[in-house]
Amino acid sequence: MGKYIVRRLLQMIPVVLGATFIIFAMVFALPGDPTAGKCGERPCSPEYVAKFREEHNLNDPLPVQYGKYLGKLVQGDLGTNYYGIPVKEDLAKRYTITGRLAVMAIAFEAIIGILAGVLAGVRKGRFIDNLVTVSTLFVISIPVFVIGVFMQYTLGIKWGIFPATVPSLDASTWSLVLPAFVLGALSIAYVARLTRTNLVENLRADYVRTAAAKGLSKQRTVGVHTLRNSLIPVITFIGADFGALLGGAIVTERIFNIQGVGGYIFRSINSRDGVAVVSAVTVLVIVYLLVNLLVDLLYGVLDPRISHD
Amino acid sequence: MTDTIAAGVQPTAPDEVGEARSLGQDAWRALKKNKLFWASVVLIVLFVLMAIWPSLFTNQDPTYGDISRVRQRPSAEHWFGTDGQGYDIYSRTIYGARASIIVGICTSIATLLVGGVIGIIAGFYGGWVDAVVSRITDIFFAIPLLLGGILFMASFPNDANTPYFVIVGKVVLTLTIFGWPSIARLMRSSVLQVKPNEYVLAARALGASPWRIIRSHILPNALAPAIVVATINLGAYIVAEATLSFLGIGLTPPAISWGVAISDALVAIRTYPHILLFPSLFLSLAVLAFIMLGDAVRDAFDPKSR
Repeated sequence: MGKYIVRRLLQMIPVVLGATFIIFAMVFALPGDPTAGKCGERPCSPEYVAKFREEHNLNDPLPVQYGKYLGKLVQGDLGTNYYGIPVKEDLAKRYTITGRLAVMAIAFEAIIGILAGVLAGVRKGRFIDNLVTVSTLFVISIPVFVIGVFMQYTLGIKWGIFPATVPSLDASTWSLVLPAFVLGALSIAYVARLTRTNLVENLRADYVRTAAAKGLSKQRTVGVHTLRNSLIPVITFIGADFGALLGGAIVTERIFNIQGVGGYIFRSINSRDGVAVVSAVTVLVIVYLLVNLLVDLLYGVLDPRISHD
Repeated sequence: MTDTIAAGVQPTAPDEVGEARSLGQDAWRALKKNKLFWASVVLIVLFVLMAIWPSLFTNQDPTYGDISRVRQRPSAEHWFGTDGQGYDIYSRTIYGARASIIVGICTSIATLLVGGVIGIIAGFYGGWVDAVVSRITDIFFAIPLLLGGILFMASFPNDANTPYFVIVGKVVLTLTIFGWPSIARLMRSSVLQVKPNEYVLAARALGASPWRIIRSHILPNALAPAIVVATINLGAYIVAEATLSFLGIGLTPPAISWGVAISDALVAIRTYPHILLFPSLFLSLAVLAFIMLGDAVRDAFDPKSR
């Protein structure tokens, strides 16, 4: 187990390096001048531009810039953005709110998605099954920003059930409920379908028949024997989805006025703020990889046949 | 129940014994009976027609905006009403199909080619080749599609004079760069499943070249899952294009697309919801069609579901 974790952690290093390099190269290729518009209505003085470029290593070729950035990164220093604010501070605040949003979305996925999937799978071909299959298909085919704006308008503005926007970075959990649901909507549908498919497939397995034959209650047959085996692909999906939610939150954040990571990256791209973009994405990639490792370790818990030794 | 099965089996049973059907023929027989399959095919044919000859469906000019008749409700003259610029929504929705269909189909084919080749190389050769290729796949897999897309599109921005196909091509390229890893992983695992089979060993023992083994033994047996996922992904790419356009960074005006239309319509959702309704409806129908097609094909190729 310990050996496995170490090996996986070592495998992450090239992935993180590669991903940051790609992002770095793309930021490097961004057209435009980061000093543009920094000095108000007039162009910046050449001295200022020279100092700025020197400070942020903008005169070095790409590999050297990247090397210098990595050197700092290894020491845990994410650098300062072009406004002189340490990126770490900014990111901590923004990752808190986006992280809360993503965790709540994951909770929706796990609870509503799995529940709907189980209900549909157990009653295959009946009304509830058709309801779940058809409604998830609808959710999947409507773009998330249409769902988001529509729900914000109906539930938030027209009927006033939920707060329509999120006012500040330390928003209450209640005000994040609607955004989190919108963020997770697509994945709830996927999770429900995935659970249903796997459950239906496993319900035909021999061990389920054995369990039923030896007189176990239906709850136990489905809930313990079948569901546990059916959940592995679902957990894999949810784990991989966490990173996608953090990165994909940008749309939801924009609709509900949340000052999260997505908006931060988007704004940093527009102001050509390379360090901020690369650092934000690096954290995202690392989180994604760690969550995936966690999921792989969970396999062993769900299915004792899978061992990591 | 038993009667119907017996009735269904008996007359055809003698024929089926002599007839050796391949997996593909089997799948086709199952598909032909699937109503969802035909529904999605009809929808897709319609959308592809719209993309190729939009003038078949409308004779209005989508680029003609009349500022004196903005945001009109649907009427006999303007079936879907007019939008904030006085454009006829019906004709813009018809013409908007082109961007989505091109992006969807081209991205799916491109990811299938890139991901397929990379997945086959990793799965077939194994060893250090697999290790290196799999790490590269991981790198691209770890960058979220949307974020990578935003960065890429920001690095190569459009302006008003960029030709239509260059704008669309950029979106296709972006989505391909960050979309191929899922196909590559899938392809690798299905190649790994096929590789230890006896017929592959036999071909190798007979001295077949790697290219021949891949082409005539591995590929036909490992391709089905990748094609299914590529079809389902097609819908996802159409949504991704619309999302990028919603963020103001994918397709940009003057290009006409559902994503651009939806993003323009969102500002007026409270007062003029019909402007939002029609492009969203078409977009969702297109996505739905490709997902249903993928589902139907998967069911047909998966003997377990029968």
